[in-house]
Amino acid sequence: MCLAIPAKVKSIKGVEAEVEVGGVSRKASIMLTPEAKVGDYVLLHTGYAINVIDEEEAQETLKIFQEIAEAEDRESPS
Amino acid sequence: MEDKILLAHGSGGKLSHDLVKQNFVPLFDNAFLDKLDDSAVFELKDRLAFTTDSYVVNPIFFPGGDIGKLAVCGTVNDLSMMGAVPKYLSIALIIEEGLLMSDLKRIMESTKKAAKEAGVKIVTGDTKVVNKGSADKLFINSAGVGVIPSGVDISGSNARVGDKVILSGSIGDHGIAVISQREGLQFTSSVKSDCAPLNKLVAEMLDSGVEIRCLRDPTRGGLASTLNEFAESSGVGIVIEEQDIPVHEVVQAACELLGFDPLYVANEGKLVAVVAAHGAEKVVEVMRRKKYGKEAAIIGEVVSEHPGRVILKTRMGASRIVDMLVGEQLPRIC
Amino acid sequence: MKYINEFRDAELGKRLIARIRQRSTKPARLMEFCGSHTVSIARSGLRQLLPPTITMLSGPGCPVCVTANADLDKAIALAKLPEVIITTFGDMMKVPASRSSLQQVKAEGGDVRMVYSTLDALEIARGNLSKSIVFIGVGFETTAPTVAASVLQAQQQGIDNYYVLSLHKLCPPVVKALLDSGEVRLDGLVCPGHVSAIIGSLPYEFIPRDYGIACVVAGFEPLDILQSIDMLVSQVESGQPKVEIAYRRGVKPEGNKIALELMDKVFEPCDGNWRGIGVVPRSGLRLRKEYQHYDAEHKFEIKPGKPVEPKGCICGEVLRAVKTPLDCKLFRKVCNPEHPVGPCMVSSEGTCAAYFQYGEGYGR
Repeated sequence: MCLAIPAKVKSIKGVEAEVEVGGVSRKASIMLTPEAKVGDYVLLHTGYAINVIDEEEAQETLKIFQEIAEAEDRESPS
Repeated sequence: MEDKILLAHGSGGKLSHDLVKQNFVPLFDNAFLDKLDDSAVFELKDRLAFTTDSYVVNPIFFPGGDIGKLAVCGTVNDLSMMGAVPKYLSIALIIEEGLLMSDLKRIMESTKKAAKEAGVKIVTGDTKVVNKGSADKLFINSAGVGVIPSGVDISGSNARVGDKVILSGSIGDHGIAVISQREGLQFTSSVKSDCAPLNKLVAEMLDSGVEIRCLRDPTRGGLASTLNEFAESSGVGIVIEEQDIPVHEVVQAACELLGFDPLYVANEGKLVAVVAAHGAEKVVEVMRRKKYGKEAAIIGEVVSEHPGRVILKTRMGASRIVDMLVGEQLPRIC
Repeated sequence: MKYINEFRDAELGKRLIARIRQRSTKPARLMEFCGSHTVSIARSGLRQLLPPTITMLSGPGCPVCVTANADLDKAIALAKLPEVIITTFGDMMKVPASRSSLQQVKAEGGDVRMVYSTLDALEIARGNLSKSIVFIGVGFETTAPTVAASVLQAQQQGIDNYYVLSLHKLCPPVVKALLDSGEVRLDGLVCPGHVSAIIGSLPYEFIPRDYGIACVVAGFEPLDILQSIDMLVSQVESGQPKVEIAYRRGVKPEGNKIALELMDKVFEPCDGNWRGIGVVPRSGLRLRKEYQHYDAEHKFEIKPGKPVEPKGCICGEVLRAVKTPLDCKLFRKVCNPEHPVGPCMVSSEGTCAAYFQYGEGYGR
């Protein structure tokens, strides 16, 4: 448990949103994430947005991976 | 009220006769059908390839095609995978009472168009109509005959250690296009079925002069099942590289959504070839010049280790087994 | 695909693996609780790439696998009722119950329909007013709030023919039961990322505090899993277990308050019947009295028959990570995806299915 994928909110009408991931669109419910805005990325699970993805944290995490990679390369260049 | 197919259309009486004479004969337009004899009669020299397939796809219309196009391409491809030049096809319809005449006509148009593109003639057919509920709108059986040029010997058991594995293009398009239409799974995407006749592509590949050992179209069960079939028939191992397998982003996205693995999703316009290593690059070049081979790529090779098994080298650098599909892939939430 | 592709980067992955190999000196027995983690690990082949100091054990976090036959038999019984349309996630279709499966009932003429979402089930309810639509509610805290939302929607929209058979389960209580059993010795737990998106990371505090086990909440892409293993290794090496969130883009410590509220509004905890583990108090969910109108168990008189467990099946021990599929006499020889004996083989993220599909342990 559980398949949830990051999907972009394209439009919102009440508690219904149209979300899109990689070119695939679906309607989704934002009953669990009423704070979601158009342009946000949400975690889509069984047709519901269960959380709004924190884009800053995503970038932070990627940055950490980069730093780890650079440190590894310095320690053992090959 | 729209015209519908009635039981009488399949009973052999006037309505049947008119349906065939006024629709199918002029549509498929050839001397064989004009005769309206019980069988088509023709002469063919050389070795023949003969195949049959039944098509029961649901829904009957899907993005990129319909059951009629599928019936032609599927049978043409089965012949092509033996290296045969497809010549003559039969089309037998089992129609559920109540099917709209306009739907049937649309599908027959599609069938004609596909046959024309493949360069094959539909020389004989049959029409039956069954009670409502006894068939799912329309089932089609198609049989085909093709001629295998001398010197051509293609079989799933011919793979040799060192050979390269080539895929003619992206995987997963057909399966995703069809499933996107099913009730309970509504999503919209630009994914179209890749349904296409591959005989001309195969002819070019054979003309290249490179030894083509195996050919198969990865339909039900996907690429994974086809590779397993080769590995088992030939008693060899196959290794493929995850990053070399072409998958369109939108197909990948749909697979992520449903929890599918593209390796197991059906394709109707792709082929997998096992060819002699020294000529693999040349074959890929030849394929990329053709309409249905533009994304052709070498995806792996045949090895002596783990005979009968297919191994995938993941992006992360590890190896894992790719087994045959068991049953059906079902959308999952976990 | 944004937020997916970047977390599958092979070059970054290789460096993370190198770092883990370097830093892991003490033996670390790590459990990935969640079935989706088991599948992700198997798909990327991560187990092979980890150093020998690390042992990965698969836990009971597959809601399909842990559904007891007695509960699944209820779904089968409902499926046989002529006035019922069963709507279910695909995961449940092939799972063998005591005498049948939903797929089998469908083949015998039962109206069983696969859906991706409860939203689709509600549509089916709207379109079939003369029938009763029963949704088989399976899943942990990730899914339960969505099912709760569907009940509220049915109420708001006046949909009178929609029912839920709640087989939902909760994670923290079963983790505790597992640790209390003393059967599994663990040094670290890879915590389920999407369950945590709902419940947050606070419910896991008792694990390092009372059991001295390291916890990291992990996402599902290869880099996410590697990052959390790296963080678990750090905790194990330092001997300072705590709860950390690696999956920071998806999980906040307090979780999703609204989802938790909705879940609490519609459901209340009850005893949960976990296959292979038994009854764990307050680890299941049932509909509250105010919503019994939507409760399939309240509406229908369900006669599931006596539950039967398959002989020789050690799914229970596999689920508790006491044994691996390789220890099972039936694995591969008798039990395989085509002829599954137990749910661990049927469920797409069951441990045995993952081992079979991806050859975990192959060649060893």
